[in-house]
Amino acid sequence: MIELQHLTKRFATKGGTVVALNDINLTIRDGDIYGIIGMSGAGKSTLVRCINMLERPDEGSVVVDGRQMEKLTAGELRAARRDITMIFQQFNLLMQRTCLRNIMFPMELAKVPKEKAEARARELLELVGLPDKAEAYPAQLSGGQKQRIAIARALATDPKVLLCDEATSALDPNTTHAILQLIQKINRELGITVVVITHQMSVVEEICNRVAILDEGTVVEEGEVQAIFSHPTSAAAKRLVYPAGAPKAESLPGHKLVRVAFNGTQTTDKPLVASLAIQCGALVSILAADTRIVNGQTLGSMLLALPDDENAARAIEYIKNYPGITYEEVNG
Amino acid sequence: MAELLASKEWATFLQVLPTIPFETWETIWSTAVATLLALVIGLPLGVCLVTGEQGGVRPLPRWVMSLLNALINLLRSVPFLILMIIVIPLSRLIVGTSIGTPASIVPLVIASFPFVSRLVETSIREVDAGVIEAAQSMGATPLQIITKVMIPESMPSLISNVTIATTTIMGYGAMAGIIGGGGLGKIAINYGYYRFNGVLEIFATVLLVILVQILQTVGTRLALRCDKRIQR
Repeated sequence: MIELQHLTKRFATKGGTVVALNDINLTIRDGDIYGIIGMSGAGKSTLVRCINMLERPDEGSVVVDGRQMEKLTAGELRAARRDITMIFQQFNLLMQRTCLRNIMFPMELAKVPKEKAEARARELLELVGLPDKAEAYPAQLSGGQKQRIAIARALATDPKVLLCDEATSALDPNTTHAILQLIQKINRELGITVVVITHQMSVVEEICNRVAILDEGTVVEEGEVQAIFSHPTSAAAKRLVYPAGAPKAESLPGHKLVRVAFNGTQTTDKPLVASLAIQCGALVSILAADTRIVNGQTLGSMLLALPDDENAARAIEYIKNYPGITYEEVNG
Repeated sequence: MAELLASKEWATFLQVLPTIPFETWETIWSTAVATLLALVIGLPLGVCLVTGEQGGVRPLPRWVMSLLNALINLLRSVPFLILMIIVIPLSRLIVGTSIGTPASIVPLVIASFPFVSRLVETSIREVDAGVIEAAQSMGATPLQIITKVMIPESMPSLISNVTIATTTIMGYGAMAGIIGGGGLGKIAINYGYYRFNGVLEIFATVLLVILVQILQTVGTRLALRCDKRIQR
């Protein structure tokens, strides 16, 4: 379990002190895939670096499995970092080492015997699906392959926690999906707690069970992903969750604005928008939509405009009864 | 041509010619030894210039860093010709004599280690900060970061820069002929400059140029070959 208690971090800049993190309190349970989401500059990278003390908090405490990280000696901290490993947006592989020797690197640091380290590294190459890349150099790999090697390297010391700092932000959508699947597999099969730092709501939706929304150094919303995705309350959450950003009040006069969120819904046999038009006679227009299908389930949300007439009520009733959809009326 | 072959210059040239292989060897080994010693001092110093900074891998007190930088800049700004003369007493103390090739190695090392440490500093700075952060996140000690990340990752650049250092040291070494250091520089100065023997002057210079060309070619190839960022 990771507990962040009253975490505060300030940076001195030329323009004065900037508060990067302001009294953050979070609990990440064992086995969670915990998302920390925010716009760039919200402090999420600083937050994740406080967990393994790459950044020292100015106030507050980070407790991992009952141990206060900020109180550890340099040696204890290095040992603790073998249990809390990290992957990065830019992969950060050693460019002059083969993939195999990259994966062996953390074991080399921990003075694991060479034969043992190599055997473990080969196992991990198998796990991340790149057994034939042992002797390849990082420069010869694609972005997705590099991140797989980085994941293998992060798993080399049998960690309890994996920190992912924008791990898929440099990857295309297909590769992002594949890497997220791998992270999910690691979480399920190896029981590793995962902390995912991202600015993309789609990443959180796809693999996280809990999420904290960070805005200007504070946690503005925290909880189950589904709950926050269906009913965002803070402005920051709305910005992240609504398709094409928060809705504008002046959108469409004479219309009701409705946001429908798909939480892994089966939509193929009952197309929603078409059904609203045909069955309820409601002439729906789609103002914005951001949906995608992952493993046959629809994720994402749509912002719909319903003409404010007698059909609107029927349409809303239909949406309410549609399985796997949450509905929310939007007032500008 | 016949005129040249009949000249006194040519006669001296033929007389000196048998000593050329020996003098070439003097140039080669004194350059090699001086470069090696300059590296022994300059490599750790160059690494310290990066790791010792505030926010570096192993920060050193500010005054230590200021002193180090000032010392390097000071030594770098003394012209080699003058430095050679200033350190004559030191050469006598270390080598036992102030003339000859071994004695010339002392000023060569003193003049080149600050230069080498600046070159090493530039190479080490090229290492991606993210890679160093990754190593820290895996529990690497500062020494492990230096030996297993910074130096291996900057190896191609280090080789290129050491090649530059070697050719510069060879050039300095030629100047050491003035204070009695051996080698091709001595030939060029003693016969060419002091006795107006143009043939020997040019011959010794051409040999030096050839040595530099070989060195640079080998250095460049080595740097390229060991760089695994380049796809072949």
